[in-house]
Amino acid sequence: MTTKADSTGDAKKGDRPRVLLVDDYPDAREMYAEYLEFSGFEVVEAENGMEALQRAVETSPDIILMDLSLPVMDGWEATRRLKADKRTAPIPVVALTGHALAGISEGAKKAGCDAFVTKPCLPEDLVKEIRKILDAPDAANRKARRSGKYAKSIG
Amino acid sequence: MRKSLLKTPPSGLSSRLAPPAAAALVAVGAARRPATKRNGSAPYTGVPRVRVAVEETSTEEAEQRGARVRLLEGFVSRAEIADCAQVALQWLRDVAGIKQSICLIRPSGEGSLFVVGAQGLGSASMSFSLSLEDWNNPLLSVLNHRKEIFFPEPHSAADRKRRPATPFEDEPFHAVPLGVTGFSEEPFGLLLLGDSAPTSPELHWFTSVFSQKLDQILRQEALTEGDRRQGRERSLLYSIINAVSDPILLTDTEGRLLIANSRALTLFTATEEESEGRRSAVRMNNMLLSSALSSKAIEETGATRRELLLVNPIDGSDLVFELLSTVTEDPRQGSGVVSILRNVTDLRRASEEIEENYRKMRVAEAQARAESDRLNLIIDSVADPIVVTDAGGATSLMNEPAERLFTIPKGASAIEQRWVQSNDAHFSSFIAGMLVSADQRRVGEIGLVDARTGEAMPVEAIAGKILSEHSELTAVVTILHDRREAIEKAKLYEQLKQASDELERKIQAATADIAQQNELLRRQAIELEQASALKSQFLANMSHEFRTPLNAMLGYTSMLLQGVGGAIEPPVKRQLGRIESNGRHLLTIINEILDISRIEAGRMPLQLSKVRIPELVGEVKAELEPIIMRSKLTITLTLQKDLPSLYSDRQKVKQILLNLLSNALKFTHHGGVTITARAEKRDRTVQLSVSDTGIGIASADQEKIFEDFRQLDNSPTRAYGGTGLGLSICRRLAQMLDGRISVQSQMGHGSTFTLTLPIKGRR
Repeated sequence: MTTKADSTGDAKKGDRPRVLLVDDYPDAREMYAEYLEFSGFEVVEAENGMEALQRAVETSPDIILMDLSLPVMDGWEATRRLKADKRTAPIPVVALTGHALAGISEGAKKAGCDAFVTKPCLPEDLVKEIRKILDAPDAANRKARRSGKYAKSIG
Repeated sequence: MRKSLLKTPPSGLSSRLAPPAAAALVAVGAARRPATKRNGSAPYTGVPRVRVAVEETSTEEAEQRGARVRLLEGFVSRAEIADCAQVALQWLRDVAGIKQSICLIRPSGEGSLFVVGAQGLGSASMSFSLSLEDWNNPLLSVLNHRKEIFFPEPHSAADRKRRPATPFEDEPFHAVPLGVTGFSEEPFGLLLLGDSAPTSPELHWFTSVFSQKLDQILRQEALTEGDRRQGRERSLLYSIINAVSDPILLTDTEGRLLIANSRALTLFTATEEESEGRRSAVRMNNMLLSSALSSKAIEETGATRRELLLVNPIDGSDLVFELLSTVTEDPRQGSGVVSILRNVTDLRRASEEIEENYRKMRVAEAQARAESDRLNLIIDSVADPIVVTDAGGATSLMNEPAERLFTIPKGASAIEQRWVQSNDAHFSSFIAGMLVSADQRRVGEIGLVDARTGEAMPVEAIAGKILSEHSELTAVVTILHDRREAIEKAKLYEQLKQASDELERKIQAATADIAQQNELLRRQAIELEQASALKSQFLANMSHEFRTPLNAMLGYTSMLLQGVGGAIEPPVKRQLGRIESNGRHLLTIINEILDISRIEAGRMPLQLSKVRIPELVGEVKAELEPIIMRSKLTITLTLQKDLPSLYSDRQKVKQILLNLLSNALKFTHHGGVTITARAEKRDRTVQLSVSDTGIGIASADQEKIFEDFRQLDNSPTRAYGGTGLGLSICRRLAQMLDGRISVQSQMGHGSTFTLTLPIKGRR
């Protein structure tokens, strides 16, 4: 939880897509947040599943980056709950994990994740993946339905 | 013919078929000499009184008159009493229906009445007589009172006692006196009529006529002493020939039957009432007899004995007779032939039986002899000595092997003689024991000596007693069995068994040892497996823990290089570049360790899809483009046209190709690298080759490079980086995809790595 996230969440900065970044490892979370903001995204952070659910409801992000190995509530459970809540169900969830063993990605998809990215993942690669999802036609529709306007990506 | 005779019912016939001999004799005579011409008008010489009486009878009784005429005619030419009597009795039978009758006459000067004629009674009736001295005989009262008497059937013992003894026995009969009425003389004869014949006026007529005729003959002939004797003898003769059980016949020169006794009659006569079978038998017997008696036959053989085969009319059986025929010369009646038939059937049968028995006996004897010979052969062929001893203990039979033990051979030395004597003594004592014991069978061991070598010869003796029908001991049979071989075998067997047991013990010990070692190995294998699983898990965990900080490091470096935090000076940028490349190298190492761990842990699933090779090769080349640019090597692609697509795991094929190409780039300093792809239609595979012009690999090392953590240069200052896991992973991945990787190389002349994959992918 950062003050920056709170301030950006309150002060809607126009058409910048909002990303909810969930990761319990502060260095990685901050690195991605910094780079995402540098790349033109508005970033909201959470460090466990429970917090992620709160932030998702509060801030209605355009996309959620979800680390799976989390304290308090893990990423799988958090994703299942997000997809079960009609307020947050349309938001695409990208699973982000350092575990590359087989079966992880299957479990993530079962829980409701829309995409899967293996760490280590360079910040620019992550941004590419996010833009790919947000630019997809169904994502645009979701965005339009939710905010009433078309969100245009930057870069 | 014989068959039909056999079918003839024999029961109840004999009494009917054996007519009384006297009647039969007369019948034969009548047949020969027809007595009367029924309708003829023969000159009448009878008594005029009778004739008047006949004329006085009414026309209605013409039949009765005819009958009287027949009797009178019958008497005409008869000059002998017997003849007259027969005519009279026959008439009584035919006209008055009196079937049984006897006529007795007392010759003058005789004290008895003798039978002169009889009818319908057994042949014994001819020998019946009545003495005048037998005063108590009721029959005499008939004569004394000149009055007929009826003797009814007796109803009690007293009745029977009062009755006279006659051939009628218990049958009722009339006794009628014969004599001329009105004469003072007493009656000279007696007529006994069977059954309850009525004393009709016709009988009175008959009696008077018959009496007159008899009286006439008696008076005319005035019987001489010789005649009387003849009468007696004749009666006796009839009795005698009928009493003979052999058939006796008198025939004339033409073979016609004159006299036959009762036995002969059963063979040669039959009435119309007899059965067809019986009559056929009789006809045949007559034919056989005629031919045997033909004058020619007699002339040829003389009065000798001949055999005659006849059929028994009673039961159809064969009868064999000995026929004795003698020609008799009778000046009055001409010559005839007397034949006596002696039944030799039983004799013949007995003789045949004796012959048969004798033959059987000879066969049995031959069989017994053959049996005995065979037994001897068998006994001699038995290798074991066999001795048969009689009840007294003396040897009665022994076979050859026994002889070798118990008889002293010719020219035997003193020691050899002693051996045999010793054997004999031992055996005798065994037999003696057997003889006194009650055992039926005895088995024992006798210590004999081999009579040829003197070697000890223990034998097993099996003795059995042979008993007669009366359970008396007749012999003892002893079989001796040489035990030497058996003992030797037992010894060998014991040794063999010991060796076998020893071997078994050793095998068991070895087996137990092996089992123990197997168990140890199994435990070690489990431990190793567990250790390997732990290692894999540990490596997987560690690689995750390594990647998390590495992620941050690489991320920040990348950001700095991109100028996220502001512009940077070129030297700094170069330094950041070093950090980044080393970080990437570290990441590669971690990823490779992770791959090996996944493969070993079996957690590397395949994701099969269509793989287009040109596209894949392009991607691989593009991914390594920065390195290619730096190396200044020429990269050549030789892809066969219309290559088939693979059905395989795209990610893994790509990983293998990346590895092969990066290796080629790493170990090649001059020249170039060629990537070739071609399909092998024969075994439906695709071959992807990466050839370089690099340093090459010695043939001795070409297999080692596929082992884990293997780099040919293991020195700390080695020229090439890398974990040494790349090719090991490639080979394992290729195997997972049912393919293989091979290498061809020559030191200093480059290497060619070839990946062969099936077009269809995994089976």
